[in-house]
Amino acid sequence: MDTDTTKIQSLIDKHRGLKKNLIAILLDVQESFNYLPPESLRQVAKSLDMPLIDILGVATFYRAFSLKPRGKHMCLVCLGTACHVRGGQKILEEIERKLGVPAGENTPDGQFTLETVACLGCCAIGPVVVVDGEYNGHATIRKVGPILDKCAKPKKSGQKRKAGAKPAGRRGGRTARKK
Amino acid sequence: MIEFILNGLPVKAEEGWTVLETAKFYGLEIPTLCHHEGLTEFGGCRLCLVEIGEPPKSKLVTSCTYPVEAGLVVRTDTNRVWAARRMMIELMISVAPGSKVLQDLASKFGVTRVRFTPRNEECILCGLCVRMCAEQMDGRAIGFQQRGHKRKISTPFDIRSEECRLCGACMYICPACQLRCQGPNAETALCNACLTMDPTCLEHYDELQCWMYDAGRCGTCVREKKS
Repeated sequence: MDTDTTKIQSLIDKHRGLKKNLIAILLDVQESFNYLPPESLRQVAKSLDMPLIDILGVATFYRAFSLKPRGKHMCLVCLGTACHVRGGQKILEEIERKLGVPAGENTPDGQFTLETVACLGCCAIGPVVVVDGEYNGHATIRKVGPILDKCAKPKKSGQKRKAGAKPAGRRGGRTARKK
Repeated sequence: MIEFILNGLPVKAEEGWTVLETAKFYGLEIPTLCHHEGLTEFGGCRLCLVEIGEPPKSKLVTSCTYPVEAGLVVRTDTNRVWAARRMMIELMISVAPGSKVLQDLASKFGVTRVRFTPRNEECILCGLCVRMCAEQMDGRAIGFQQRGHKRKISTPFDIRSEECRLCGACMYICPACQLRCQGPNAETALCNACLTMDPTCLEHYDELQCWMYDAGRCGTCVREKKS
């Protein structure tokens, strides 16, 4: 805990402890802990001399921040208008089924966090699934397996998935779309 | 002094006054929920909407946040304003049907139906308690969290805040979290029991001829005119 405190303090000092840098500080904390621990928010509030509730207002307002621990890999499914029209909802359902958790939750093994987004700004390649910052355009239900497998390699359950998903690789997905 | 037109009459206002303050000074009644003297303006409840400008290009603004300017043309009781206020009341009643303040407003403005599913919450997010806590009590224990349909007012992490002194000012000022009077139809979302009383006026009177003007008008004339 003590190391965490000094770590957070160094992040705050990096931004010179200025109130206007609150979001930058929170982003740094989020990056190093993968979420915003309650203790870190208290410390930020104390160092910046701001009410804790204001910090929480910012931290809960932006989707970039999470108060719950997140999985190792971030899986974003776009449900914006363009992606919705092209079947984003079905892709989300498929991913929910594959990971076994509803949107907004972590998988029990802590590997994935599944989130939905309203729009990623790349509607031309919709439906879009973003895993660890990598944009997978023209996603189909068949492509979901390989997309998830790309980052979940050393997993026992991942192998089962891989075996099942291989025939429906990139080519399979494409032919399915042409039909 | 700034001169502008308020409901067709030339009025004078001090520099820096809002339209709402000027209207109050001249004895015009504008309904408000999120406005409170001694607290900063919020402009969130949209009840104090007034129409500014000439009709083809007129627009609705919140009078509590709109500073007066020379040559402004303000109308506080047009049909458009009333329709907008009714809509706001309807929306707020659907969120917090338990509030007496809201039920009274509904009866006063003739809101006789609620077309939205009642959510039965006790908060209309007017932000009065947040400002009361921060500005008057210097507590800063509660605030807005989340956004969109999840937006709520709460303490940090939803546990008792260290800053909270249990002064109760937030509950004192809240327009939504109190019991409504038990009218005959109290089990529905909209009470409207006050509407079944006899109207005080049977005819339509001009704004300045209404003798309920100072006390807050009954609203009969506008209702009659509309139907």
